[in-house]
Amino acid sequence: MRAVSRGLACLVLSLGLTACAGPGGHPKDPLEPLNRATFAFNDTADKYVMRPVAQVYDYVPLPIKVGVGNFFGNIGDLWIGVNNVLQGKITDGLSDGGRVLVNSTVGIFGLFDIATELGLEKHDEDLGQTLATWGVGDGPYLVLPLLGPSNVRDTVGLIGDLTADPVWQVEEVATRNSLTGLRFVHRRASLLGADTTVEQAALDKYGYMRSFYFQYRLNQIHDGQPPRVKDPDDE
Amino acid sequence: MNKIASLLAALALSFGVQFNALAVDATAPDALVKSVTDDVITIVRQDKAIQSGDTRKAVELVETRVLPYFDFAHMTRLAVGKDWKQATPEQKAVLTQELKTLLVRTYSNALTQYRNQQIDFKPLKAKPEDTDVLVRTEVRQPGAKAVQIDYNLEKLADGWKVYDVLVAGVSLVTNYRDDFGKEVRAGGIDGLIKYLKDKNKQLDTPATAKK
Repeated sequence: MRAVSRGLACLVLSLGLTACAGPGGHPKDPLEPLNRATFAFNDTADKYVMRPVAQVYDYVPLPIKVGVGNFFGNIGDLWIGVNNVLQGKITDGLSDGGRVLVNSTVGIFGLFDIATELGLEKHDEDLGQTLATWGVGDGPYLVLPLLGPSNVRDTVGLIGDLTADPVWQVEEVATRNSLTGLRFVHRRASLLGADTTVEQAALDKYGYMRSFYFQYRLNQIHDGQPPRVKDPDDE
Repeated sequence: MNKIASLLAALALSFGVQFNALAVDATAPDALVKSVTDDVITIVRQDKAIQSGDTRKAVELVETRVLPYFDFAHMTRLAVGKDWKQATPEQKAVLTQELKTLLVRTYSNALTQYRNQQIDFKPLKAKPEDTDVLVRTEVRQPGAKAVQIDYNLEKLADGWKVYDVLVAGVSLVTNYRDDFGKEVRAGGIDGLIKYLKDKNKQLDTPATAKK
């Protein structure tokens, strides 16, 4: 509880200034006390709710899971295309539009990813990446409740992503909630296995995931080819 | 006479070594990665024990088929970062051994989760005289975006060695750096050694060895 209130104080402070890191703290993580509290909460929620639900979902036969993955992938492709255009990657954006056309029709409402087999590669874009290519800095690291690692820029991006998300536009509440839930569980299930590996690899899981997020986002922003710099500490 | 005998013995030995090395094409870095990957996947596909989660067999496979092509001293140096310089040769050796144990254990276990995913090898972008290259691969899986796995290799006297592995752009080595740095600041190099040893001990106990 004290960690939370200290974190909240940091949050308030950091809106004005970023100097809230304790001695030896990570320069990009001035809100570490708050983030650690949220991280612990997420970890517990995952252990007792999300992971067990995902494990049950995992019994679904593979072809159906693939269909679910393709369906939500197709729903996301239009927004990915918009972001590619916003980043000036017009060809990629057009290709994403082509993917939606092909997969929504020949691919039967997106259940089959015919476009990939036709050579239209799936991309990975979101508003946070677009903001980054426009030169927006990432701001302090943030662990979001239930959603996990993020930062100020990517949180703003996420709000934009959700506004444009077709699932969130569904009028009927029951359908919208079911689709949101299914997508969440499907994503969590796809991380089964990887989560055990992280559990084994990490000494301090919080720090491991934070470092992971920084490198992962940098790679995404550079479309899988971040600048390769010779490590100054490698000699 | 003695000299000739030892020469013959050396010759015979080196033949043996060369014969063993023939299984893996080590001439080019991308060919090496492909060769080792194909080798390991072929074995995992046939081994029911590894598929059902037999960590010990997976570790054995990694130790015999993969480890000879990894440079763990270089890896540990990268993971520790700037504090590496202040470690004594003995401390460096212990750190390297402990990190090796941790990485081998963790990623051998990951191998038991392999389920027929297809691995694509990207064309190598390097000049023939390069001694430090990035070999790029992609693991394709139905219903999801492919996962990028890249290998950093360095050319040493005894051939190409992997010194970093990046999954989705995340280095499995430098990802430790913040954490290790914090431990060194708190308890010096010996503190870091103890930290790693405790982690490895904890992985040894069956309670945490599930799945």
